[in-house]
This record gives sequence, structure tokens and C-alpha cells, in this order.
Amino acid sequence: MTDSRARILARIRAAVADAPEAEPVARDYRTSHTPDDPDALLDLLHENLADYRAHVHRTTPDGLAGLLARLLAERGARSVVVPPGLPGEWLSAAEVELRSDEPRATPYELDGTDAVVTGCAVAIAETGTIVLDGGPGQGRRALTLVPDLHLCVVRAPEQVVASVPLALPRLDPARPLTWISGPSATSDIELDRVEGVHGPRTLEVVLVTGG
Amino acid sequence: MSDRKGRASARDEGRRPGDGRAFLGMPAFPEAAREAVGDATLRATLRHATHTIRDKRARAVAELDDWAALREAGRRIKDETLRHLDTHLLRLEESVTAAGGTVHWAADAAEANRIVTGLVRATGETEVVKVKSMATQEIGLNEHLEAEGIAAYETDLAELIVQLGEDRPSHILVPAIHRNRGEIRDIFREKMGSWGRPAPEGLSDAPAELAEAARLHLREKFLRAKVGISGANFMVAETGTLVVVESEGNGRMCLTLPETLISVVGVEKVVPTWRDLEVFLQTLPRSSTAERMNPYTSMWTGTADGDGPGTFHLVLLDNGRTDALADEVGRQALRCIRCSACLNVCPVYERAGGHAYGSVYPGPIGAILTPQLRGTASEVDASLPYASSLCGACYEVCPVAIDIPEVLVHLRERVAEEGGKGHRLERAAIKASTWVLDHPGVLAAGERLASATRKALPRRLPGPGARQWTDHRDLPELPAEPFRDWWKKNRT
Amino acid sequence: MRVALFVTCVNDAVFPSTGVATVRLLERLGVTVDFPAAQSCCGQPQFNTGYRAETAPLVRRTVRAFEGYDHVVTPSGSCAAMVRHHYPPFGAEAGALAPRVHELTEFLVDVLGVTDVGAYFPHRVTYHPSCHGLRLLGLGERPRRLLEAVKGLELVELPGAEECCGFGGTFAVKNPDVSAAMGADKITNALSTGAEVLCGADNSCLLHVGGMLRRQEAPLRALHLAEILASTEEEPWR
Repeated sequence: MTDSRARILARIRAAVADAPEAEPVARDYRTSHTPDDPDALLDLLHENLADYRAHVHRTTPDGLAGLLARLLAERGARSVVVPPGLPGEWLSAAEVELRSDEPRATPYELDGTDAVVTGCAVAIAETGTIVLDGGPGQGRRALTLVPDLHLCVVRAPEQVVASVPLALPRLDPARPLTWISGPSATSDIELDRVEGVHGPRTLEVVLVTGG
Repeated sequence: MSDRKGRASARDEGRRPGDGRAFLGMPAFPEAAREAVGDATLRATLRHATHTIRDKRARAVAELDDWAALREAGRRIKDETLRHLDTHLLRLEESVTAAGGTVHWAADAAEANRIVTGLVRATGETEVVKVKSMATQEIGLNEHLEAEGIAAYETDLAELIVQLGEDRPSHILVPAIHRNRGEIRDIFREKMGSWGRPAPEGLSDAPAELAEAARLHLREKFLRAKVGISGANFMVAETGTLVVVESEGNGRMCLTLPETLISVVGVEKVVPTWRDLEVFLQTLPRSSTAERMNPYTSMWTGTADGDGPGTFHLVLLDNGRTDALADEVGRQALRCIRCSACLNVCPVYERAGGHAYGSVYPGPIGAILTPQLRGTASEVDASLPYASSLCGACYEVCPVAIDIPEVLVHLRERVAEEGGKGHRLERAAIKASTWVLDHPGVLAAGERLASATRKALPRRLPGPGARQWTDHRDLPELPAEPFRDWWKKNRT
Repeated sequence: MRVALFVTCVNDAVFPSTGVATVRLLERLGVTVDFPAAQSCCGQPQFNTGYRAETAPLVRRTVRAFEGYDHVVTPSGSCAAMVRHHYPPFGAEAGALAPRVHELTEFLVDVLGVTDVGAYFPHRVTYHPSCHGLRLLGLGERPRRLLEAVKGLELVELPGAEECCGFGGTFAVKNPDVSAAMGADKITNALSTGAEVLCGADNSCLLHVGGMLRRQEAPLRALHLAEILASTEEEPWR
């Protein structure tokens, strides 16, 4: 193993020994493709999430608990896994069995759970993406993966950015990150997009404004 | 035939077995392509799929008015990385190790397979779940594990179709692109039962139903999995972060649920900084699945307390990459981010299909990557640089600006220099043509002779070159006189 | 203005009418045309097949043949692309020729600044943009603008226009089946337009597509753009 390490490094050094120095990286692409207007950003996020078949809802902090309760009921969810640190009032109106992840639920237990409700770290308008970093109210990665229904709450405008270049600096690479753009999908059959494979087949995104 | 087999098996025992047993003894590209061209179902399937994605990609790219700048930045980031690859790999090793991972270095396929097998053995498990990965296909990992008594389950839908169908991949992004929905339904009905949960009763060929069947079939495997094996799209040297870009969630399953994760990644997949991802996370999804963003992207750095695998191994793979790196023209192929846009726009790929390329890397990128990774000793590898009309559509769509036609011509030079089958004769003919063309007096005499005897030419001609031409096309009606004679008579 | 005509080897031997049309067209536009007899092949077939050393004598010959001309005009996108993109590595003199070579439509539109060349061609025409003109030279809309200005000409859009016809030089004989399949699709698309003429600016591609059209005895003929532009009411084509 050590031999191969030395051998590969030596081969690399020999391979590029005579190569010219690379041109400096030019970053003259855009930081954002969208005007810096919070309302327009939120509309764009809404539109792009919906374009990839996420169900998008808007509410205020006061309406959140009621909306989540209604969405869970409409989807027929009877059990919900609750990530550590999720604000207690979010699920205060839901008539469902709340399951804690402390101690950690097994994959089989998660598979037997109907839904998960989380917050997020950041949302990207141009791509219709929500990013989870395992922080409070988001849970470990398995929680938003195994149950078939994911309800994700985005606080606007503070969690919404326009673009990928604006999202990366707000994320900590040391944390496990999951970028989610719509429900799971595949293009593997004739390169046509079909929603719903292994990840949650239903993604409900709730945009909360006026906090 | 025996000669070809002999050479193929010699390659198998050599330093780099290449991409497993599936492609050994492949005929040269033109021969393999002839079959595909004659297969009407395959032609229709490929045409439908590539044209669908082609138009979508163009729309997704057109949304970003700074595409050219992103493409140029991507090219330069990759070039800078390759120029100082040793530094970036060492930095990556340090970051991954600091974050709780273990880094291994594999000079070739055999060593990578040995390392992975040892790591799986150490867990005491006899089955693994796999995320779609080009690197593990390239080294023939599944076949190797199988021989060692370890079952490797592919979990990407297209890979599942290929694995169940005992088939070979034919596309980088969609390995089962050569299968239409009806064929996929048949494979699921016939084969799922012997691998685990059978296909649902009355399964139709509706894509949504087929996806549901895959979900049910694989779920039991995900839930019990103790070992996951993946590749990675990017490795960030600065932070030690690995990135996997996917759509279905099978990747998240394999990266999250098992206790041990083993990632086998080509050395060229490193990028220097976290910020560099801002370029590739914009260009890759749009070039690949023509989406603004793919449904799921996973990023992990070593191991995390209480979230995901407690043990993480990274196997850095050379397997011919440093040979490509040493080639001043060819090294640009190592910029490739495996988006497969070049396959989707390639008129040759569309008609020949992926299998004709005899490698897990088909299409234009395969035609320049495979001969560099495996060499050009075998008949199929030596034929790949010619599997292009040099139309340039691939270069136009490449998000890291790999000048594929340039590399193709460069590799043709290499093949011609090696003087393999037919190339000595070809060189003689080329030399002769250059001589004639360099002596306009002789050329003009030849042109006049051809014009004078033009009525005597039959519609189909024998002989190398002439036969291939006249099998499909008429020769032009030769003119009564060449242009230079007209000029002499009319303008001097 | 005085220019040198780089007729190309294919046109010299097989399509002299394209060379003649180019001369007539340029002269009609007031250009003095020379034909340096020392010219031959640009070396593209050798180069693209992987024979760089065998290309070099032809590069030298081409450079010498056009010494002293500020403008060299050629009715071939791929030969112009060969000189412009692949000559510079052959040395300073070869590099100096590169910017002086103009593909015909570039010369007309960019140097002479004309799009209406006073042509008359009362036929339904569809245009195939050959790959090297399209992608290496970036000819863009120039050929279409020239065609649109031709009196009597009805220009119809070719479906899948930007897809390669399958010629590709030695590709056509090294990969005959794929090449023919690509050509067949090009022809199907061309026939679907109902055009009488499939026009192109590269006779090597038209040699391939035209050969397939004749084999099929299709009601469509391949014709170089120069011959359409040279055609006038006084001197119509054929």
C-alpha cells in the first residue's frame, strides 16, 4: 500500500514534470443569475421546487402548525419521526404518533414510519434546492431518506439564497450535507424523468414568511 | 479469432486488467457497430433517448447566460488540479484522515480489488450494496467480489437492469440506455425473483411501475446492508469532502445506512477547494440529466458522530490515469466529470450504441479515454480513435472543454506510429498520396486519366476503401476535365 | 481586389464546376481571381488520419503556393478550417497563412460585405451546414443569409441540420456502416423538406450524401452553394 502511494505520486510528478504551468482560474462567471429581491427569490424558489414535483406551500409562523397537521392528515401519515431540536410547536396540532430518534431508530423502524418533518440549513432559488446539514430540527441523514414522506420547512427570507455560489459559503463541509431538489426521480428508462424511486416519493416544502 | 482471444487474455493478466471480463475479446469498433446499425429496435431506442436529452440539455444550459465562463472556469480548475495532482492528493489524504477516514492507494485494478475485498472481509459481511460508480466498473470489482464469495448488489436503476439482465453497460449516465421499457419489464419479471423480492404481479412497462418495482426489490437490501461501496463525483482536497451526485436516492441509502463505506475514486476526481464545487454543481447536472439540479447530492467528510457509516475508507485509483497524465495532448481527457453530454450529442454513438466501444466508457469520451487507460494493443482499443467523423459536437457540449477531436487525431497518430494491423499498408498509401499531391504535374495527369476513363467505371468497386465507399454510395460522375485545365483554357 | 483561389483537391479533380462557379461569382463581384497552379491538397486527409509527418510536405506546398496573397478564398469549410486551426503548429509561415484563408461565405459577407450577390436560382433549396464550417469556423448564419438573398430561391429549413452527414473523411471508409446510417438519416431529413436541391458549402460532404442520393435515385440533388450563387438570370445554372 505504501509502495503504491509512493509509486503513484512519483508517476504523477514524472508525468507533469515538463508540463507548462496551468492558467490561473478565472471566476468571471456570475455569483447569481437573479436580481437581489427577496420576494422574487422566494417566487423563483417556489417555481423551481414545483417544477421538479415538490409540493410547495406558503404560510406564516402562526399558520405553520395547522398547515403541517393538515398536510400530514391529507397524506394519511399516522407516524412521524421527529429530529432532535425540532421546535415543539411545529407538530403541536398534528394528530399523529411522534417518534423520537433518541435512541437512534433502526432502518427498519424508519421504514415503518410514515413521515419526517424537518427544517433546513439553506434553500437555493435558482435550482429549487433545499440543503440539510444535520443541524437542530434536521436530524441525521437517514431520517429524511427512509420514510416515504418528507415535510421540510424553509424560513424566508433568511434561509433563501439565489444561487449555488451563494449557498456554499453558508455551509460547513465538516457536516454531512444532503442537497434535495424535488422528490427522488430517475431518468434511467429511455432518459425520461419519472418521480419516485428510493428516497421519499413525496416532498412537501413549506415556505414560512413573516417570522 | 484465436489471435484476438490470445491478446485479450494476455491483457487480462497484465498490469491493468481493464474493465473486467465482460469486454474481453471485443471485435474492432466498425465490426461491432455494424451489428448495432442493423438492429432497428436498438436504433429506435437510442435515437429516442439521445434526442430527448439533447434538446433538454440545450434548454437547461441556455438558462445560464454565463455558461461559457463556467465552462472555462471548470476547464481551468481541472487543468490546475492535474498540473499539481500530487499536492492536491496529499492534501486530500490529510483532510480525509483528519476527519476519521482511512486512505488507500491503488496503482491498478488488481490492487484496488484486493484492497476492497480485504476491507469487506474484515467486516465479516458477504454482501455489499453499491452506488453506481464508473471506477468500480472499470476495475471489474463486482466480478472480483463474486469470485471471492461476496455478493455486490447494484442499486442504481439502470445498473440493476444491467446486472439482472447479465448485460453490459452502454452509457455512462444511463447504462441501460439500450433497453426500452418493454425489455426492462421482461428482465424484471424474469430475473428479480432469483436475486431477492420478485417483481410485482402484473408489472406493466409504465416507467413509474418499473421504478416502483425497483424500489420494492432493493429496499430489503438497503435496510439490512452493513457495507456500502461507492465512487465519487468530486473529492475536495481542502476539506476532505466527497460528493456523490444522484437522482434516485439509492446513493443516499448506500452512503448513509451501512456501518462501513468504501469509496473507490479515480485520482483525477480531486478538486482543490470547497469553492470549486460552485462551478461543477452548476455545470454537471445541466450537462448530464439536463436538470437545474439533480434530486440528491450527498457530501460527507470522513465520518460523523451518529450520522452515517462509522467507518470510511477511500481507495484512490490510478489504473492508467498517470499514463494519460503524461500525454500532453491526451491529458485533457482527465478533466472529464462523466456528465455524458458528449455521448448524447454524438451521431456515431447514436447509431453504434455503447457496446461497440468495448469499454465501460463509451461514446466520444470513451474513444479518447479507453485507449489512454488501456493502451492500444487490442483490436478494439486501436480502433476507437477512428470511431468518429470529427464533427465536433462533443467538444461543443463538453462542460470542461475537452477538445475530443484533437485528442482523437492525436491518438490516431499514436496508433499509426505503432503500425498495427493495416496501418503499415495505410502509411504506404498515405505516403504515396502525399507524393502525388506534392507533384501537381503527376496529379493533373492522374486527374485527366480518371476523367478520360470515367465512363468505364462500374457502380461498385472492389478493393480496400473503394468497396466500403461504393457499397453505400455511387461514385461521383467524374468531370470531363479537372478545374486546372478549365483555368488554363479559359483564364490564361 | 485581387485574391487567390484555393480550389482544393476534391474540387479540382471531382467538382471543377464549383471552382468555375467560384471564379465567375467573384469576378462578377469585381474581384480579380488568380489560380496559383502550384497548389494541391491542404493535407487534411493525411492529418486527420493520424499522419502528421506525411502532412508536412503538403502544408509547405500550400504555404508556398499562396505566398504574397493577402486573401486566399476557398469554397470549402473543412479545408479552410484545416489551414486556420491545424496549420499554426507546423511553423511560423504556416501560421501566417491561417488568418489569410477565407471560406467563400466568410469572404463574401465579412470581406466584401455583401449578402445579395445578384444571383437567381428559382428552386426549393435546403441547406446542410457542414460540421467544420459550423463548429470550427463558426460560419453561423452567413450561408443562409446569402441564400435568402437569392432571387427566386425558396429556402426550407433542414430538420436536424446541425447533425453530421457521416462523411468524416476516412471515417466513411473506416466505419462504412455508421457513416452510411448517418448519411441515410441526413437524406431522410432532406427529402422530408420537399426541396429539389440539398445545398452545402463543402463538396466532400456532398460527395458522400450526393453519392447516396444517386444510389437511391432520389428526387433531390446535392449542389455546392457557390454554384447557386454563381447562377444568374442571364447565365442560369446548367
